[in-house]
Amino acid sequence: MILPVMTADFWKATAMLSTIVVTSSAGDLLTAAAMKSIGDLDEIRARSGMKGAIRAVVTCPLFFIGILFMAAAFFSLLFALNHMSLSLVGPAAASLTMVMNTIAAKFFLKERVDKRRWAAAILVCLGVYFLTH
Amino acid sequence: MSQPRLTLQQILTLAFVSISVPLGDSCLKRGMVSLPDISMAHPLSLINAVFTPWVALGILLLIGYFASYLTAVSWADLTYVMPATAIGNVFLALISRFWLHEPISTLRWIGIMLITMGVGFVAHGPANTTPPNNFPDALDAGDGKREAQ
Repeated sequence: MILPVMTADFWKATAMLSTIVVTSSAGDLLTAAAMKSIGDLDEIRARSGMKGAIRAVVTCPLFFIGILFMAAAFFSLLFALNHMSLSLVGPAAASLTMVMNTIAAKFFLKERVDKRRWAAAILVCLGVYFLTH
Repeated sequence: MSQPRLTLQQILTLAFVSISVPLGDSCLKRGMVSLPDISMAHPLSLINAVFTPWVALGILLLIGYFASYLTAVSWADLTYVMPATAIGNVFLALISRFWLHEPISTLRWIGIMLITMGVGFVAHGPANTTPPNNFPDALDAGDGKREAQ
């Protein structure tokens, strides 16, 4: 599905994709920050059992803020799938979210995004692009 | 800098994250196309869509994905988990080719190769690079695998 630029359909598709990407990225970052603050879930489960691991997650406020954004992203995706093809929405949203997450993880999560990780993110984005053609 | 290898359990967690997303999305798509167009004037019809079988199955798969994803980002960086699990796109294309017998163009094979290269790039690096003092609570939880930079 090719969308002609500067038409109402193009801007509608752009708005739907932007909403998915922004809410999805915010959800990813917030939940990742929450899980990092909790610690290794495998270790917590080994030490305190499944209940301990679940308790550690559900008592973290940051986690629920992330969930809210993820829920928003999910319903945005459902809405977009009702209007656009999966082969466009899926890869486009995944690629753009990956780029946004990589940039945001560097600045907000203080992850060390070296050349290897940038190369990986760009290769995956290009790969997803080619997969849709 | 030491680079501890992922355990089998961690590799399986990443594999499930990869597989559950394309399967879940496919179920969602199948469910949503069977419904009439949903307009902004009736947003509550999105809620009704959740209770249709295909959308519900898609949601179950995505819940499984989410639990695995949360586990993965608790011991690995977000920028590690994302490319490492992008191999799911390759799984989807290979399932389409060899199970559904759909043709795959040269461009798609190139896409598969690029994604595989990207996954290879990130998989050979450290899984966790965040400074320990960035998340003080993690120290209380006994996070011994964190790498000091």
